[in-house]
Amino acid sequence: MSIERFINQSISSWMNADGPQADIILTSRIRLARNLKDYLFPTIFTKEEADKVLKQVESVIPLLNLHPLKDAELLKMEELQPLQKQVLVEKHLISPSLADQSITGACLLSQNEEISIMINEEDHIRIQCILSGLQLQAALDLANAVDDQLEQHLDYAFNEVRGYLTSCPTNVGTGLRASVMLHLPGLVMTQQMRQLIPSINQLGLVVRGIYGEGSEALGNIFQISNQITLGKSEQDIIIDLNDVVQQIVNQERAAREAIIKTSGVQLEDKIYRSLGVLMNSRIIETKEAAQCLSDVRLGIDIGYIKNISRNILNELMILTQPGFLQLYAGGGLRPFERDVRRATMIRERLQMENNN
Amino acid sequence: MHFTKIINGEKTEIHLCEHCAQEKGTEFMISGTSGFAINNLLAGLFNLNSNIEQLNQNNPIQSGEIIQCDRCGMTLNQILNIGRFGCAHCYKAFQEQLNPLLRRLHGGNWKHNGKIPQRSGGVLNIRKKIDILKETLQTLVAKEEFEKAAEVRDEIRLYEKQLQEGGE
Ligand SMILES: [Zn+2]
Ligand SMILES: [Zn+2]
Repeated sequence: MSIERFINQSISSWMNADGPQADIILTSRIRLARNLKDYLFPTIFTKEEADKVLKQVESVIPLLNLHPLKDAELLKMEELQPLQKQVLVEKHLISPSLADQSITGACLLSQNEEISIMINEEDHIRIQCILSGLQLQAALDLANAVDDQLEQHLDYAFNEVRGYLTSCPTNVGTGLRASVMLHLPGLVMTQQMRQLIPSINQLGLVVRGIYGEGSEALGNIFQISNQITLGKSEQDIIIDLNDVVQQIVNQERAAREAIIKTSGVQLEDKIYRSLGVLMNSRIIETKEAAQCLSDVRLGIDIGYIKNISRNILNELMILTQPGFLQLYAGGGLRPFERDVRRATMIRERLQMENNN
Repeated sequence: MHFTKIINGEKTEIHLCEHCAQEKGTEFMISGTSGFAINNLLAGLFNLNSNIEQLNQNNPIQSGEIIQCDRCGMTLNQILNIGRFGCAHCYKAFQEQLNPLLRRLHGGNWKHNGKIPQRSGGVLNIRKKIDILKETLQTLVAKEEFEKAAEVRDEIRLYEKQLQEGGE
């Protein structure tokens, strides 16, 4: 398969980098956790009960009257190859625990991959909507529409005092986790991120790196999400998150301007060196690829690089992960082989840009 | 799994279930929390021992009994170990122990203040509408807009009637 076709088949609509403030904000994501009142939570339910939950949700799918869910596909974890599951995880469409640990787990995925409904994960139902750029309100509206449709046909576990009951007390109430993924190279380069994180935490928000392990955020990509799910309305939760995100975006813009002003040539040098690495290397590890992609993306955003489209970061951060590389290679790869494949994929993807 | 978090300026270490820890991924922790080592914060949050003592004092019959959800059978200890509940009824069964936990996890909150299911929450939805209308009514009266106030009052009566019919 040609790289072009592979990528076209692999990208989700939210990777297109066409949403509001997409120069800094990659995606907005909303997740609603719901459970059915008549079954034990997945914490301790039996296989028999898990089957019944899936069957019940499955029976409701044809009744869902919502355009974006037209032609949605139900993927049963038991029927997928490990590699297919891994790729879904790498695209953030399902969680690692649904892929590996669920009993009768499944996922209803919309055609454009903006909506995914996980079944029998930690809760019976988890509705997830991902949109490009800063679109928390639109993502919440979409998730609520899906939720309303499901609720017409399913009896949720809900109580007046605690709200939507979830297996984990950290999600009870609204069951809402709203998160925004940001590319913050300016704040990292100026070493402001370290100081920012504690103050963001103090506002009841959680900051984490999406990619990478430990305390590093690969590709300077951070996710900020709400911690509190109980006692605040859905609307207030996203307004508060939106507010903080907007302030961070402003600070990131200021940081970029400051770097350009004080060390423009050094920055330009760093960016073009990274482009050189991506265009020419034959072996590249995840970490180096992520850093170079971040640099090049910054170069595109601030106008140094003009002939490459912005979504290469969004796409390649996902497509250069082990699952996708192996899918593209058509089989299992050892870590060294992956690094070779990764370099090839990045070179070919950049080549595509030059042809267009 | 342990996470350190700051909520409302309060440093908190949280024992999470494996799934949630995965969902949360690499969280950024604040330095200088090394002296803060509680093995099982959930247990601490539940204030397990004192609550059990209290319960036992209040209900001498229950003395020595294990608190257990009568639907799914999970005990408080099991829940504390896993960090998750077994069923929706657990929220009722462990109601007494739950408030301090929820307060710590949710910035002092313990009561839901968000969406209500349309269908199963029918009565709740009407009650919420009445509350909002009553507030509107007060503002209208204060502004001496009596004609509009009368309309709102009629609307409230309509909903209250629905509530009575639905509640029977
Ligand atoms: Zn959990
Ligand atoms: Zn229970």
